[in-house]
Amino acid sequence: MQDLIIFLSLLALGYIFGRLAEKRHYRSIFKREKKYRSLPVIASKFPPAYKIPHDTALVMGSVVVSVDYFKRFLATLRNLFGGRVRAYETLVDRARREAILRMQEEAARRGGKMVFNIKLQTAAVSQGRKNTVGSVEVLAYGTALIPPRTER
Amino acid sequence: MLTTNLEIVPGKKIIKHLGLVQGSSVRAKHIGRDFMAGLKNIFGGELKGYTELLQESRDEAIERMQQQARAIGANAVLNVRFSTSAIAQGAAELFAYGTAVVVEE
Repeated sequence: MQDLIIFLSLLALGYIFGRLAEKRHYRSIFKREKKYRSLPVIASKFPPAYKIPHDTALVMGSVVVSVDYFKRFLATLRNLFGGRVRAYETLVDRARREAILRMQEEAARRGGKMVFNIKLQTAAVSQGRKNTVGSVEVLAYGTALIPPRTER
Repeated sequence: MLTTNLEIVPGKKIIKHLGLVQGSSVRAKHIGRDFMAGLKNIFGGELKGYTELLQESRDEAIERMQQQARAIGANAVLNVRFSTSAIAQGAAELFAYGTAVVVEE
């Protein structure tokens, strides 16, 4: 009985705080994505050709996020039936966008105007109990294109 | 030392290829951080402590890779890639590798 109460309250806590955190995170992601729209991130290996020589610098951004108790429970249920695990989809989506944003922030700090040759990498860094996903790390890295000082 | 994930250095000629260089760092989290992470596993959200820890160890891996490159006489590391793997419960390996080259000054 006691176990059930603990379990249910953990589920409720996870549901409430997890939803709040996710909403807040998405709001902040949308806001910052708007802000950094002027600093494009492209996947091609070479930057567009310029007449004046530009500097380049390696920039990266990373984030570790954890899924909440409620979503982990949902995902465990999903394991029985198979199908899309929405609970984890939003988790990795958020993490990836956050990592890219942090990379853009670093590029902007260094005076860059574009990031190219971007690579993304995802890793499960800590396993939760019973082999469920604990937390995922996403790393985004690329080369920032920095115009010479006189052109900025 | 020039470190980039491009295969070339724009505007500079590569004089010599010196082969693969690598650096890695294995870190474990301390118990306080693990406790906080346990709480976050209930509420969800970013694990700031882990983000910092992994970034620190990644910087160290890069530093070690650059040391290796310096030791064989390179002045740049091109085509750098990163990889993260959880090799044991509570420990992660951060790995960086690239091609050591000599570029013209």
